[in-house]
Amino acid sequence: MTILHFVLVVFSGSMIAGLLGSLTGLGGGVVIVPMLTLMLGVDLRYAIGASLISVIATSSGAASAYVREGFTNIRIGMFLELATTIGAICGAFLASVLNPNTIGLIFGVVLIFSAVFSLKGKGDAAVSTHAVCPWPRLQLQGSYPGPDKKPVYYAASRPAFGFGLMGVAGVLSGLLGIGSGAVKVLAMDQCMKLPFKVSTTTSNFMIGVTAAASAGVYLRKGYIDPVLSMPVMLGVLAGALLGAKLLVRAKTKALRWLFAGVVGVMAVQMIAKSLAGKM
Amino acid sequence: MSESLKRDFSGAHDPSRENIGNLLRVGVLIAAAVVVFGGVLYLAHAPRAQKTSFGQFHGESEGLSHLGSIFARAFHGHPAAMIQAGILLLIATPIARVLLAAVTFARVRDWIYAGISCTVLGLLIWSLVWG
Repeated sequence: MTILHFVLVVFSGSMIAGLLGSLTGLGGGVVIVPMLTLMLGVDLRYAIGASLISVIATSSGAASAYVREGFTNIRIGMFLELATTIGAICGAFLASVLNPNTIGLIFGVVLIFSAVFSLKGKGDAAVSTHAVCPWPRLQLQGSYPGPDKKPVYYAASRPAFGFGLMGVAGVLSGLLGIGSGAVKVLAMDQCMKLPFKVSTTTSNFMIGVTAAASAGVYLRKGYIDPVLSMPVMLGVLAGALLGAKLLVRAKTKALRWLFAGVVGVMAVQMIAKSLAGKM
Repeated sequence: MSESLKRDFSGAHDPSRENIGNLLRVGVLIAAAVVVFGGVLYLAHAPRAQKTSFGQFHGESEGLSHLGSIFARAFHGHPAAMIQAGILLLIATPIARVLLAAVTFARVRDWIYAGISCTVLGLLIWSLVWG
């Protein structure tokens, strides 16, 4: 493939990933790495580096819309970012010492979880409106505009557990070059019992900071190739922006099944390739 | 309803939130513009028949993986370094966001959160400069 041909193919693929990721609300990062490694034969390290860059682009692009709506809790986000940034730096260093086949195998397992997660319905698990946070000085609480413009109040429970799970999300993000939004939402929504909308918007807000922490390490280790990262970043960004304009709620369910199917097939292929030692 | 909860709700219309949203959007747009500019320049200069392959990992050269040399080469019109500079601007966007949050928390004298924000900021800068 000539360079121009390669750039156009990567741009188109990334745009589809960004579009699907934005329409399903799951982010496109998780499919970029398998697309580059399985279909285009890109080395896993270059693929992870390019994917991480696209994650920062979509997170920062999308978060700007959410901040205005007043759902993002900046205190809770900043507190948990302590865990994700430390985790992300550890994950990025881990990526440079682990065998690519091991990373590929972990990636495959994470893809299976993402496929399952994408099929799970949205909704508040059990929002703790009367919960009292064990660490009052951290003010891990807030409110958001409810349906009738009345504020809905909430507070975080089990902050230590949530903090630990966020550390894991950071490690996965740094190790695999993904946003790991699913784990972040899980930590806030299921573990800290925060409202679903607060969890997803705060997670999106945090993804960029987490990714920036490991991007520095990747850059210094030479994982970020400009010629590969350019079409990935621009493609995912274009797809995500297009997706935000198109957002049609009615067809989301079919898209989720499509996304889960694609991710599931990729998971099997990643695991097979890693087990064969060809990553 | 405690005082802090009331303040958090009014915070939904706080101008600092608007600033953060705008900062992120403008940062991404500038970064993308620099990457597009460098990319077009790169493709225009690349030999037509040059093959590309990312199948083998070599790691990027010093000139494309160190902050100082990336910007130095980008200013001298090196297309790949220009793309890399755009990517650095993108990485800088969430970092600037954390800095803005630290300033905002310090302004409302929330020292705990100003401290947390500064710690996160320190980690980010450390990973980029010395990581």
